[in-house]
Amino acid sequence: MKARIFFLISILVVGGLLWSGLQAVHPFGLPNGTPMDDYFIANAQGEAAANNVVTSIVFDYRGFDTLGEGAVLFTAVISVAALFRKRGHN
Amino acid sequence: MNPLSVVARTVCNLFAWFLAIFGIYVIVHGHLTPGGGFQGGAVVATFMAFLLVAHGGEKMQSWVRKDLFTLMECFGLTLFISAGLLGMSKTFFFNFLAKAGGVFGGVLPIGPNAGALNTSGTIALMNLSVGIEVVGGLSMILLYMFSAAHPQEPMGREESGHDR
Repeated sequence: MKARIFFLISILVVGGLLWSGLQAVHPFGLPNGTPMDDYFIANAQGEAAANNVVTSIVFDYRGFDTLGEGAVLFTAVISVAALFRKRGHN
Repeated sequence: MNPLSVVARTVCNLFAWFLAIFGIYVIVHGHLTPGGGFQGGAVVATFMAFLLVAHGGEKMQSWVRKDLFTLMECFGLTLFISAGLLGMSKTFFFNFLAKAGGVFGGVLPIGPNAGALNTSGTIALMNLSVGIEVVGGLSMILLYMFSAAHPQEPMGREESGHDR
């Protein structure tokens, strides 16, 4: 019973927070704001000195994201090696 | 899996090198043209796929060393992280080499231009490191899955009728 009341309260709290967060979302169907795109188009070539703006975003502005991608690939290789290793062979 | 016929083997031997060179071009020109480390690394890894399909797993296992690919993967990821850590005086993944002179520090004019290979700072370095990592990782995956899919491969089944 106590757990049920706790769950109900937590659902109400999380739902209320989500609802109040949804009030700040821009209306459905309107175009998104473009200040970030405009910044990249205007400044990426000058700041990163790379002609390819997409690469300068992927490897410079969002470099941490790319580090995660590399870690995902590393983990996938380790998983395949662990799955397909030969049994009874050192 | 048995090796393919001598025609398919010859064609794969020839075109695998073209694929490897094209993949290296995609990696090295990652900051100038579409593509980059991940895409070029996947293209270079098709080198291994071509030779595996054409020659069969047994022969490839004796030709290549898995240690080399493991080393390439670990070296690539370590180089990537250290290229990010070296800019730590400002922020993580700060592009400290850009416009600083030296190998990767060329300065570009703003606007449409022909581009130069020695620009873009750590971006080119990270492209290279990610390319090395993807080549090693995907080749490892190919070798492991191929050896697991064909565990007991008979030796000496290669087609030899047309060879000599």
